[in-house]
Amino acid sequence: MLRKIRITLAVIFYLMITLLFLDFTGTLHTWFGWMAKIQFLPALLALNLGVVLGLIVLTLLFGRIYCSVICPLGVFQDIISWFGGRSKKRRYRFSYSPAKNILRYSILIIFLIALIGGIGSLAALLAPYSAYGRIAQNLFAPFYAWGNNVLAYWAERADSYAFYETEVWLKSVPTFIIALLTFIFVFILAWRNGRTYCNTICPVGTILSFLAKWSWFKPVIDSEKCNSCSLCSRKCKSACIDFKNHQIDYSRCIACMDCIDACKHQAISYRHPKKSEKAVTPKPTDQSRRSFLTTTALVATTATIKAQEMKVDGGLAAIEDKKVPKRNTPILPPGSQNARHFAQHCTACQLCVSVCQNGVLRPSTDLQRLMQPEMSYERGYCRPECKKCSEVCPTGAIKLTDLAEKSSTQIGHAVWIKANCIPLTDGVACGNCARHCPTGAIHMIPSDTSDPESLKIPAIDVERCIGCGACENLCPSRPFSAIYVEGHKQHRII
Amino acid sequence: MSEKYSRQNITRREFLKIVGISTVASSTILTGCQSGDKNKGDIQVKGEIPTDKMTMRENPKTKEKVSLLGYGCMRWPTLPAPEKGGNVIDQEAVNELIDYAMAHGVNYYDTSPVYVQGWSEKSTGIALKRHPREKFFVATKLSNFSNFTRENSIEMYHRSFENLQVDYIDYYLLHSIGNGGIETFRARYIDNGMLDFLIEERKKGKIRNLGFSFHGTKEVFDEVLAMHDKVHWDFVQIQLNYLDWHYASGNNVNADYLYAELEKKQIPAIIMEPLLGGRLSKLPDHLITRLKQRAPEASVASWAFRFAGSFPGVLTVLSGMTYLEHLQDNLRTYAPLVPLTEDDRLFLDQTADLMKQYPTIPCNDCKYCMPCPYGIDIPAILLHYNKCVNEGNLPTSKDNVTYRESRRAFLIGYDRSVPRLRQASHCIGCEQCVSHCPQSIDIPAELHRIDQYIEQLKQEKL
Repeated sequence: MLRKIRITLAVIFYLMITLLFLDFTGTLHTWFGWMAKIQFLPALLALNLGVVLGLIVLTLLFGRIYCSVICPLGVFQDIISWFGGRSKKRRYRFSYSPAKNILRYSILIIFLIALIGGIGSLAALLAPYSAYGRIAQNLFAPFYAWGNNVLAYWAERADSYAFYETEVWLKSVPTFIIALLTFIFVFILAWRNGRTYCNTICPVGTILSFLAKWSWFKPVIDSEKCNSCSLCSRKCKSACIDFKNHQIDYSRCIACMDCIDACKHQAISYRHPKKSEKAVTPKPTDQSRRSFLTTTALVATTATIKAQEMKVDGGLAAIEDKKVPKRNTPILPPGSQNARHFAQHCTACQLCVSVCQNGVLRPSTDLQRLMQPEMSYERGYCRPECKKCSEVCPTGAIKLTDLAEKSSTQIGHAVWIKANCIPLTDGVACGNCARHCPTGAIHMIPSDTSDPESLKIPAIDVERCIGCGACENLCPSRPFSAIYVEGHKQHRII
Repeated sequence: MSEKYSRQNITRREFLKIVGISTVASSTILTGCQSGDKNKGDIQVKGEIPTDKMTMRENPKTKEKVSLLGYGCMRWPTLPAPEKGGNVIDQEAVNELIDYAMAHGVNYYDTSPVYVQGWSEKSTGIALKRHPREKFFVATKLSNFSNFTRENSIEMYHRSFENLQVDYIDYYLLHSIGNGGIETFRARYIDNGMLDFLIEERKKGKIRNLGFSFHGTKEVFDEVLAMHDKVHWDFVQIQLNYLDWHYASGNNVNADYLYAELEKKQIPAIIMEPLLGGRLSKLPDHLITRLKQRAPEASVASWAFRFAGSFPGVLTVLSGMTYLEHLQDNLRTYAPLVPLTEDDRLFLDQTADLMKQYPTIPCNDCKYCMPCPYGIDIPAILLHYNKCVNEGNLPTSKDNVTYRESRRAFLIGYDRSVPRLRQASHCIGCEQCVSHCPQSIDIPAELHRIDQYIEQLKQEKL
């Protein structure tokens, strides 16, 4: 029964969180956005004390059910592990192994140092929610989008507006490779040994393990009923049941309740242990029966996804794709306050990247900020009616109260490049940047000061520019725009 | 400018008024005609299309009989992707269409060196070559829009013979006079001596009939027509339909004037845009109901063709039929033509009045403005806008009952009809397209207006 409740809840959480990463329309986030916000690390980074306290109390009461229900990477491993154990031969493939404490504590220390030191990308690499977000965004979302596009194709032919097409594009090669490697790594570990990742690498798992030792309810083996058949131990994906000594390593138990159902003698029950049963954790025996890190030769299949070619039917002029200009300072989304705040709070979970409908946000390839989002305007610009990224951000790294705040936040400023400007190169009137500037920061002035009737070129009022990129995106000059946005380290309200 | 804005701001009350008038008018007609035999379930609603009933008109000069339906070769079916060498036309389909038209009495085929991205002449020539030369009349044009020089113009003239695979051209036109005013006309045909050259060619018999097609202002028309005494125009091609009769768009001249002037001089008229590039068959719902209720079995398009064909001075009515169904529908209308009655004329005049109150943009999808050097798909944007106007998907305020559905239909439909990079937001207003538009639409102004409207829709600031 307890196991069934756990599975039901886990499936609900897992599906909803996954859908958060798949739903590019941002509709689901209104209803289930909180599921991302109660993730441990995001809550911690958002200084969401209520949630953090709640999770601590939850763990102190029931053990690590966070790991078995709330954490999407945990449930994802359970799913893989379940498939891994489908064959009869592999059904009872687990066995007890002692904790790899040195490894897990050192990783935790590295993680904490990275977090405090503001090396967000390293922390993001280890954090389970972020890792899962990257996998979902990079590996699952394209299929979801393609599926949607097939429906959109048919909807269009049925004259329905229920579905619309969305663009699938590779947002960042390094992030894609990291997501792919994480996926393969986690897949192999989970397929073979269940929850190895959670109990040896995951820093959140390690933190919770300190609390779980003292949890009020826990699975307890009744040594009188137990006949040491080892069934529970062989069913334990955390490898934490020492059936010979009737002991369970509660620091690694994720309260999945599998052992309770596995035991044929009802010797295991989920309850508060009696005083006599509170035994110390067994001494770690120094035997490494299996290599914990499976060394696998991994051939990173770098998907050479070509930029989608434009349809040219001869009646239309060919349009060259825009290229990313070299920006001295990266552009961060409005609501991220400043570069330091952002680097410290962002877990690089890719949720904002998933919901950005304008193709603006993408993971950074810069080593310092690897996988954390940054903005660029070749595909679209930061539209005034949208603040989806701040709505979904679980950590408060991107935080806006309303659209007015966004429209008045200066995240960068436009820079004019004379050499590319169409009135000067093609000799025709333009002014598309000024026409679309939401703040009226661009004025058109005569290119020849002595002739007021001469073709007009843009003049930028940097004080009024918010850096939204409308000018850069809609500039007719290709592949490089004649006007581009340079980011600001410190955002400010104008 | 301000007038253009007010045109789109049609209020709900006005809208209801228009719909109300048309439904009342048409429902009274409907009640009068509820007879009919319900027992004949197996009867074909529309019988076979007769092959020998096509209404013919006589060319006063040559006495030849021209079919009232002429085939416009501007909208041939295209391939999904261009062939090697660049051809974009589906030749098989063209052959089938021309064979079908020939079999049903259509003997006039009108093309131009610039149609269908420059491939129409060749394709039309291939299809016509399969028929005896004396069975058809072919018309083509001197479309020297961008390069006015004598050399280029003469080369263009000779290439038409090659492409069409003919020794003589039955009807040759100075293409789209009036675009760019009288100066452009002089530069294209007078100063380079091309008109004299063509008159010589007519004398030699290489051109059997010489005329011009016209889009533009009254002054240019009057001046060119005044040359009749000297040049002797054998025919003139004008834009005529029940909307343009009194309500020509932009600077263009109302068709009633054009036709009357030709009548005065006894010059046969060839009609183009009888359906306004399909705009007269894609009407707002309430107007479709109106037409359908007057003649439930007649197609919406047939009204426009009957209108154009009913004028006795019309030699032929051109229609750019892309699909066999269009061809069949038009054949039915003209085999034979049932001329409009006085009542019908009045009815169409009223329909035009109602239509005029509808804020569509007069784009006929002729694509003369294309390619836009900055990649904008101009006709697709204007057509999408018109489609939304006609379907009532142009919300004017958040308070509209159907605001949400209309907004979705407009925005999603926009992305479907026009790729993002070719949308109105990318129009820089260089104005290179303006002089090409035969309907004298101020394209950049319209695109910027539509773009602004879309911005309001997206930002929900209506």
